Amino acid sequence: MNLDTIVFLVSAVVAVFGATMMISQRNTVASVLYLILSLAAQAVLYIQLGAIFLGAVLIIVYAGAIMVLFLFVIMLLNLRGNQDMGDPPGPVSRFTKYLVSILLVIELVFIIRGVAFDTDASGIMSMTADNFGSVKAVAMLLFTDYLYPFELTGVLLLVAIIGAVVVSKREKDKTPTPTDQAPDIRNGGAN
Amino acid sequence: MFDYIFLVPLIPLVGFLFNGLLIGRVPRPLISFVGCISVGLSFLLSVFLFFSLKSLPPEARFIEQVLFSWIPAGSLHVDIAFLLDPLSTVMILVVSGVSFLIHVYSVGYMHDDPGYGRYFSFLNLFTFSMLTLVLANNFVLMFVGWEGVGLCSYLLIGFWFEKKSASDAGKKAFIVNRIGDFGFLLGMFLIFWQVGSLHFETVMKAAPTVFMAGGGLITAACLLLFVGAIGKSAQIPLYVWLPDAMEGPTPVSALIHAATMVTAGVYMIARTNALYVMAPDALMVVAIVGAVTALFAATIGLAQNDIKRVLAYSTVSQLGYMFLACGVTAFTAGIFHLMTHAFFKALLFLGAGSVIHAMSAEQDMRKMGGLKKYLPITYPTMLIATLAITGIPGLSGFFSKDEILWKSFSSLNGHPLLWVIGFVTAGLTAFYMFRLIYLTFHGRERMDDKTKHHLHESPRTMTVPLILLAVFSVIGGWIGMPHIFGVVNYFEHWLEPVMAHGAGAAEGPMLAAGGGDTGTEVLLMVVSVVLVLVAIFAARYYYLKNTQAATSLSEKLSGVHQLLLNKYYVDEIYGAVIVRPVVYGSIFLWKVVDVVIIDGFANGMATIIRDISELLKNIQTGQVRKYATIFVVGVVILIAYFTFG
Amino acid sequence: MIPISAYLILAAVLFGIGTVGVLTSRNVIVIFMAIELMLNAANLALIAFSRGLNVLDGHVFVFLVLTVAAAEAAVGLALIVLIFRNRESINIDRFSIMKW
Repeated sequence: MNLDTIVFLVSAVVAVFGATMMISQRNTVASVLYLILSLAAQAVLYIQLGAIFLGAVLIIVYAGAIMVLFLFVIMLLNLRGNQDMGDPPGPVSRFTKYLVSILLVIELVFIIRGVAFDTDASGIMSMTADNFGSVKAVAMLLFTDYLYPFELTGVLLLVAIIGAVVVSKREKDKTPTPTDQAPDIRNGGAN
Repeated sequence: MFDYIFLVPLIPLVGFLFNGLLIGRVPRPLISFVGCISVGLSFLLSVFLFFSLKSLPPEARFIEQVLFSWIPAGSLHVDIAFLLDPLSTVMILVVSGVSFLIHVYSVGYMHDDPGYGRYFSFLNLFTFSMLTLVLANNFVLMFVGWEGVGLCSYLLIGFWFEKKSASDAGKKAFIVNRIGDFGFLLGMFLIFWQVGSLHFETVMKAAPTVFMAGGGLITAACLLLFVGAIGKSAQIPLYVWLPDAMEGPTPVSALIHAATMVTAGVYMIARTNALYVMAPDALMVVAIVGAVTALFAATIGLAQNDIKRVLAYSTVSQLGYMFLACGVTAFTAGIFHLMTHAFFKALLFLGAGSVIHAMSAEQDMRKMGGLKKYLPITYPTMLIATLAITGIPGLSGFFSKDEILWKSFSSLNGHPLLWVIGFVTAGLTAFYMFRLIYLTFHGRERMDDKTKHHLHESPRTMTVPLILLAVFSVIGGWIGMPHIFGVVNYFEHWLEPVMAHGAGAAEGPMLAAGGGDTGTEVLLMVVSVVLVLVAIFAARYYYLKNTQAATSLSEKLSGVHQLLLNKYYVDEIYGAVIVRPVVYGSIFLWKVVDVVIIDGFANGMATIIRDISELLKNIQTGQVRKYATIFVVGVVILIAYFTFG
Repeated sequence: MIPISAYLILAAVLFGIGTVGVLTSRNVIVIFMAIELMLNAANLALIAFSRGLNVLDGHVFVFLVLTVAAAEAAVGLALIVLIFRNRESINIDRFSIMKW
């Protein structure tokens, strides 16, 4: 039971814990925070696997930007903790959903079982190459072999920005209507 | 001259188009002029063609004029082409001549009718079709004419179509004809199948080599063609349309159902005589059907009270004679009787029309009587026609009917029994025809006063054709007098090339071999004349002198009388046995097959699809989570399939 | 020494948790976050494979996935804002007009 194993186990447990708590929270903000926790644990796992650059990127971009964005939106929508969530779904549908998900996991595990790797281990202690997973190594690959997808990603981000701005522009005199007074499209727009 | 053969049928066709397309826009005098002139020109041309043909030697009297190639389809080659030979010349003369006289008559008879233009256009169309029929040089074109006359018959019988009985009669005529036409077509198919051509000349020449004489195929072909003749010429069992056809205007009855259309069957058999002589069994059937029909129809005619019905059954009976003649290979005699019959039967019908016209549309003979003094032209002409039909010596009917009777006795294909049937029928014919004369023109005047006031002789346009036809009824037979009178039988001589044409003298050797001696011929002639005279006196007794005797006789034999009056209930039998099942069959097909099964199937398909749709639409609930669940289920299944499958 | 397959199994488990979250939650934002979680599980698997096969292509792939996730999050949240303005609710069951 060396350091690697302990780190792995702790991080794994925390990740799973955070994930589970995220989906079962009533309070949306709490959900976000638990996800951040899970992400942090995952970052540790990344680093243990030698992806130091990406581990850092995960924290900076994902936890730092995307999750913050989530928080912004939650605050913007002014969601209280006691939002009306309607009736919980019946036991039958809950059961099928759990069942299906578990089946999926079992299948994946089954597949993983059949995969063999020559390198066995992981961990910072046993790095194979000097700069495996470093910024320099990833950048070398990114700007030579994968230049084209890289540039496209830039365009993608641009499009996303424009899209987000355009979509959420508020019209001049629009007041929000409550749900049960929303226009009923089925009947041609009347209430 | 022979380049103009095609004009003979064409000019009436032009007349039809003119009158038909310009209905309502053309004044009556012009309609009558165009209608009559077109047929008149056709007749004149026929006369010229006759003389031109006569100027050729007998072997060369065979002209074909091809207008154009109509159906060039592989081995089937059909042209629009006309054949002018002695037989077709006789036919076009008779058809165009009698048709012309009837057109003129119609000007007077149909004078007040609102459908005047329609009438003349149909009449012209009929003349065109009939001329095409007799001039055709192949089966297909003849069939075109055949169908054309059938169509015109329907149109003209149902001319007063607002009257239900008239339109029903038209339909009946057409449908019964169609049954015969089916046989005709099958016969044509058989011939084409064996010979490979439908051209008359080719078929007649090839027949002896292609068919086995007396064999099944040729007999079948001849019988099938005869079925067509049975329909068109109203023999047993397809005669039932002819009496009903009297619903049409009387000139129509005269033209179509006496002189021309119904004779198409006889013409057809005469034209294809080369085939028939190769099938003695078929000939026997023809002769028997003809003889039986003649007798059968004559018995019905005895009891009818409508003047036109008597004449209708008389026509059926006389047509039976013509088929009897053909059946005993006396084709010339058959055509001869066709010609003379055209004259006197047309005259009889037109005369009857004149009577009806005078009687303000009354047709029941029981309400007539004593019309002799009111109709000074109609009476003598009708009397002449009656004398002709009964076979009084000297008039045309005597020569033609007598030749048939003699040939049915003496020909190799003949039989004394056939002669007996013909003999008895001649007696019956004389009886019912003179019954007609006595009831209509003699005796007590039985009509009411209102009708009596209206009695008048018909206008000149109606009486002149009567006179002309009477003249022909008298002299028409003189060209066909038998040898024993010491003169040449011009008619037989004229038609000889056609009957001998193709198969080698079909009639000659048989006649020479089977001909009886002169003495027998004279004896039979005398016997039949005696019978006729006896019948005339009997009719005179019952219907002129002692009418009480007639009524008491009909009461004593009331069963028989009813049977005859109701035409042996044949129509009712047909109705029950044939028509009713067909109607029920159609109702079944309609109500069950069409509505329930087919509509049900089609509607059912639509309903099923709609119900499935209703069921399937519930998948689209709009709930995203449900969609997502189904995604995941699908992914699970796919992964399972690819890893474990 | 931890076998690579351990990481992969972990990634599978996280993916499964994410699926459960997508299917069972009624809060739109939580569903969104669960999707992000699933993406991250995939990323973890990629990194593990990359280490196992000793190539860096997996890292590049993760980089790109990250970028796409960011873009998608931005646009998605904008849409959620828009819906919320009209509906005053973040319950996904209320957004089911597109039914038959």
